[in-house]
Amino acid sequence: MQVTFTVNGTARTVDVPADMPLLWVLRDVLDLKGTKFGCGIAQCGACTVHLNGTATRSCVLPAAGLDGATITTIEGLSEAGTHALQRAWQELDVPQCGYCQAGQLMSAAALLERKPRPTDADIDDAMNGNICRCATYLRIREGIHRAATIAAAE
Amino acid sequence: MTTNLRDRESPPAPAGLPRREFLRVSALAGGGLLLGAWLDFGVPDALAATAPPADFVPNAFIRISPEGAITILAKNPEMGQGTKTMLPMLVAEELDVPWEAVTVEQAMSDERLYGRQVAGGSTSTPTNWEPLRRAGAAGRQMLLAAAAQTLAVPVGELTTGGGAVHHHASRRRLSYGELAAVAATLTPPDLDSVTLKDPADFTIIGRAIGGVDNLKIVTGQPLFGIDMTLPGMLYAVYEKAPVFGARVASANLDEVKALPGVRHAFVVEGGDSLSGLLGGVAIVGDTWWAAHSARRRLRVEWSSHPTSAQGSESFRARAAEFFAAAPQWTLRSDGDVEAAFASGTVVEATYEYPFLAHATLEPQNCTARFTNGKLEIWAPTQNPQSGRRLVSSTLGVDESEVAIHIVRSGGGFGRRLNNDYMVEAAWIARAVGAPVKLVWSREDDIRHDFYRPAGFHKLKGAVDGSGRLVAWQDHFASFGDGQEFAPSAALTDGEFPAMFVPNFSMGASTMPLGVPTGFLRAPRSNALAFVFQSFVDELAHAAGRDPVEFRRELLAQVRRPVPREGERVSMPMDSERMRGVLDLVAEKSGWGTRTLPRGTGMGVAFHFSHRGYFAEVVQVTVTRAGELTVDQVWAAGDVGSQIINPSGAINQVQGSVLDGIGEALAQEIIIEGGHTVQGNFHEYPLLRLKQAPPVEVHFRLTDHPPTGMGEPALPPVVPALTGAIFAATGKRIRSLPLSRHDLSWS
Repeated sequence: MQVTFTVNGTARTVDVPADMPLLWVLRDVLDLKGTKFGCGIAQCGACTVHLNGTATRSCVLPAAGLDGATITTIEGLSEAGTHALQRAWQELDVPQCGYCQAGQLMSAAALLERKPRPTDADIDDAMNGNICRCATYLRIREGIHRAATIAAAE
Repeated sequence: MTTNLRDRESPPAPAGLPRREFLRVSALAGGGLLLGAWLDFGVPDALAATAPPADFVPNAFIRISPEGAITILAKNPEMGQGTKTMLPMLVAEELDVPWEAVTVEQAMSDERLYGRQVAGGSTSTPTNWEPLRRAGAAGRQMLLAAAAQTLAVPVGELTTGGGAVHHHASRRRLSYGELAAVAATLTPPDLDSVTLKDPADFTIIGRAIGGVDNLKIVTGQPLFGIDMTLPGMLYAVYEKAPVFGARVASANLDEVKALPGVRHAFVVEGGDSLSGLLGGVAIVGDTWWAAHSARRRLRVEWSSHPTSAQGSESFRARAAEFFAAAPQWTLRSDGDVEAAFASGTVVEATYEYPFLAHATLEPQNCTARFTNGKLEIWAPTQNPQSGRRLVSSTLGVDESEVAIHIVRSGGGFGRRLNNDYMVEAAWIARAVGAPVKLVWSREDDIRHDFYRPAGFHKLKGAVDGSGRLVAWQDHFASFGDGQEFAPSAALTDGEFPAMFVPNFSMGASTMPLGVPTGFLRAPRSNALAFVFQSFVDELAHAAGRDPVEFRRELLAQVRRPVPREGERVSMPMDSERMRGVLDLVAEKSGWGTRTLPRGTGMGVAFHFSHRGYFAEVVQVTVTRAGELTVDQVWAAGDVGSQIINPSGAINQVQGSVLDGIGEALAQEIIIEGGHTVQGNFHEYPLLRLKQAPPVEVHFRLTDHPPTGMGEPALPPVVPALTGAIFAATGKRIRSLPLSRHDLSWS
């Protein structure tokens, strides 16, 4: 079926099976490889994107429901890697293997949109759906606080 | 499993520095300098004896263009352990270039150019620490010589800095790029003769440097194996038997082939080796989703297989039978344990731990292209060289016709030391005559792993009247074929506290296993530390001694045990170094200085593995209802004289510690009817952010060559955690995971 939606500010029309999850539309049809496949059942958060501004697991989001949607992926978080989170992540050397980080960043970005100065409890709640198998959790937490500080200073 | 990986603590590492080293240099097109140190560490003698190939492959460690671009090649696979950043730091330091001027490039798999390219066993640091610095220093020496020639001044009047050679007397400066063409004409120096920097002069080594791929990671650029794309590429899924090793009897291929987006569906016969190509059904489609969707309509009849009689419950029952009798064979016997038991306070306990999966967050995948008899492979692998051998032998293609690109892995943890997914991709790509990307589902990954083997220990120990550990006996029930242990299921005769207890006996019994096992981060140690350090704790308690004090006394006896003739103790533990980290962690954690409320407790443990010394303290709080919170962890490590990249090192320690906590909390692979029960993260829970306690990391620098960081911090945290639970609740944890235990107290 044909669906038309906006990805990172650009309208895209794709002809894909109705049940094809957004994750695979992004990766294999639109060649946006930043969004990652981890579990396929919305358990790990590696595939997190923003759907109309809300952090959403794209691995269980069928293409059929995408018409008119606005999607932001890691490639669209900023134009040049300058989002406060992206800067904080580099400053603190957050990634280990890095595979989960696109999902972590998208969840964290949605959190900062809602709560520019999140508490540890806010971070616990917002980030608990994102698994980091390397367990860089301490730096992820620190990175979110740091990004909040960077953003506040701007 | 290749034979050289069997039953070792880690993939084998050379005992010392390179036996022979060759340095080669050649001019690049355009007059650049390419300097390659041909480092013969761990290269088979037959290969080392052959001359470098006539066709020089432009891949080595250093590449300097006339324009001044400085490229350093990272030889080993990156999976999150930081080697792609850390190894080039060693080269850059001695080449004397600013880190900011360096571009790091991942090397291809090429044994002749790079020697051993394995990410395993925490070996990258100890095996490369000196050779790669020498490679960098040789480059600097040649650039100095080129400058001396160009400026017609004695080399002694020249210095380097900022990526240039300086002649201060004449205030002249030549950048490395300007010198590249001349340097390329010079004869390379003997690597043994080059001068290395005084560590006091290091400007890159010892600096906290972020990962070289961080920008790509945070902006979502293609980077990982799963991100590979080739023109005309198709997507494959591969269905294997739930029962390990069973083959396809029949499958509804015609129905599957007719499904939308499906190009091919076919049976792969496969072989008998659990680490090779196993039988199954390949489905190849226009998109991964098409192939995956078709797979849900696939119906396969599998052949019957004897492994279907195996399961976790029967393994446990067999271990209990073993424990009712003497061990099948003795691993070690010192003194007279029976006499010591007769006169001391005796403690007996049985411990067990489950199978574990690796669960790399990036599922196994590989991209392959077969054209004109040659295979080109893009693989997120920890062990490309053994992958090449496997592909070559399975497909009957000469090793020289198999090119392997090492692609960043989304986690490794030992899983990608096996290359089963690589040989599957290669086989499927050749069969369909098009480039193929094979991507496993999460269920494939959890159900077709090389598991950390389960294990069972029956222990008996004794302390004497003055509270000293005088006897230790272990009967280890494990897996294997007679006295040959299954991969990663071994116990060696030098395992602590061997050689530290006067009356000591250790024996083993094995049962057959049809489930594939392999290396999981800190293999063997990740289980043995739990058992042995926990039992040390039990004996300390029986002796009425403080757990730190009891351990300190144990370590006070021997500095560095001398293994007996024929003993398989490749790296005996230096007890003085271990005592150092034990004292450090006790101090930093405030051990014994705080009065903790009921329900809160601290535990301690140490373990030596992969040449690294780690002691850790864990504090937990357990509610009366039994809800466990890990409050904090303190880790103290000794990995030698230098922390090469403090940022990566701390990340590795924290990650290892949290990894161990995650394993202990709730991870367990259960085998039933010869197959794995769990399939995805809702059944195999990984640690989440909310569960991650602060981990304070301290290093004790000692006068020893630096060693690896990827593994040794993991093992002690598990027994430190269970020791803390005992201190908090009085409940001694003798089996894992903790989710099986009721921790409530009153």
